[in-house]
Amino acid sequence: MTELNLTLKVWRQAGPDAPGSFDTIEAKGINDEMSFLEMLDIVNERLINDGKEAIVFDHDCREGICGTCSLMINGQAHGPQKGTATCQLHMRKFHDGQEIVIEPWRATAFPIVKDLMVDRSAFDRIVESGGFITAETGGASDANLTPIPKPVADAAMDAAACIGCGACVAACPNSAANLFTSAKVSHLNLLPQGQAERYSRVEAMVDTMEEFFGSCTNHGECQEACPKEISIDFIALMNKDYLKSKFKNRRMLSRR
Amino acid sequence: MASTTVARGPASGGAQRAKRKAPFPVEFYRSALGKKYVMALTGIMLMGFVLLHMIGNLKMYLGPEEFNHYAEFLRELLVPILPRTVALWGMRLGLIAAFGLHIHSAYSLTRMNHAARTVKYQSPRDYAAANFASRTMRWTGIIVGLFLIWHLFDLSWTGTPGMTFVRGEAYQNVVSSLSRPVVAAFYVAANIALGIHLFHGAWSLFQSMGWNNPRFNVWRKNVAIAFAAIIVIGNVSFPLAVQFGIVHVN
Repeated sequence: MTELNLTLKVWRQAGPDAPGSFDTIEAKGINDEMSFLEMLDIVNERLINDGKEAIVFDHDCREGICGTCSLMINGQAHGPQKGTATCQLHMRKFHDGQEIVIEPWRATAFPIVKDLMVDRSAFDRIVESGGFITAETGGASDANLTPIPKPVADAAMDAAACIGCGACVAACPNSAANLFTSAKVSHLNLLPQGQAERYSRVEAMVDTMEEFFGSCTNHGECQEACPKEISIDFIALMNKDYLKSKFKNRRMLSRR
Repeated sequence: MASTTVARGPASGGAQRAKRKAPFPVEFYRSALGKKYVMALTGIMLMGFVLLHMIGNLKMYLGPEEFNHYAEFLRELLVPILPRTVALWGMRLGLIAAFGLHIHSAYSLTRMNHAARTVKYQSPRDYAAANFASRTMRWTGIIVGLFLIWHLFDLSWTGTPGMTFVRGEAYQNVVSSLSRPVVAAFYVAANIALGIHLFHGAWSLFQSMGWNNPRFNVWRKNVAIAFAAIIVIGNVSFPLAVQFGIVHVN
């Protein structure tokens, strides 16, 4: 174990409409085996003991599965380590005496609640608009009743790994949510259970996404930032299904 | 606290009813994804033009007769079927439409993207994937657009100061224009901007069109690099050839 003495530059903002600014906070004697969030806990404890206000940041499971933590750390979403959320980032990734700049996600659709905490409910609007399937009611059917080829199940699982943290939007120079939306669309669109709403889903979710977020210019920044390493291949799949949805006519005979 | 919540739309059933208000192409173009399809399709048209333009210009190395004969051939394309220059004008109108749509979709998507992040990051970003080409698309696009206007004045419409312009004498006009060192340097710079634009655009179009398949994904970037390189090498060779006296009158 080594101890790190760090200088934090943390974004402080009293409320959604209050002006914000960077606050320089010394973080001395940080154990390099701590996670980034544990480091912030220590800093907050000291701030409280000094009678100051603690830094507000989002966190929950602290094991990279809930998608609650965020933070732009030195200009990178979830910090310098690839394929992990901020809670899985350890202080050993930083060196003694380093200055760490911490900013909240920045997007019009993610308004700042306070300090480093943002409201990501725009994602909920996208999921509400199409992230569901039609399922039979009654007793639970047998597992594996619907045959699914292994590669398809794997691809759907890769998409379903999305935890909705918003790093893709935060990292995107255009604040586009195409990676999030395409993951949510694809994990249902790839599976047999999702076919009933396949085209209405992609249309509704994309249209809802575009009410809030920017457009994709294929930088590829999102897949680098994604803690689940979701591929931009899903964006291409979403684009393909969106075009198809515009051609599809599911109104059958005798309907006007 | 009202302002902390994003205004919510109808919570239920968005997926159930897909309303169609306008005809399919208009409806499609209204969405950002549709605009990206238009951007990609018009980009493919413009790439086709840029490639044929470069190949046609290679005739320059065969001398004035071959080059001017090719220029005349373009005007007489499909002549027994159509009157003179009609086929050429058909292609020109197609290109003008492609340019218009390409620029309009780029403009409106840029507006949308700026609105999506009204407060920028206050600390420097550390990009992992976004490269120089992808982040300067708007600027290289504007440079190429402005160059195009100059290029049309220079070699199609009126000629520009410091050269002798004779309408229809394509070879003599090219040599006269590119023998000015400043103009030659400008052509080189503009074509490098075009190459940077193509480097990202020719890859990006595969994603926008949904052309993604593990079988050929590795080739998408290679195709873009090769295409951009072929265009830049071909086009940059013309001003250099004139400057170094490889291409000259007589």
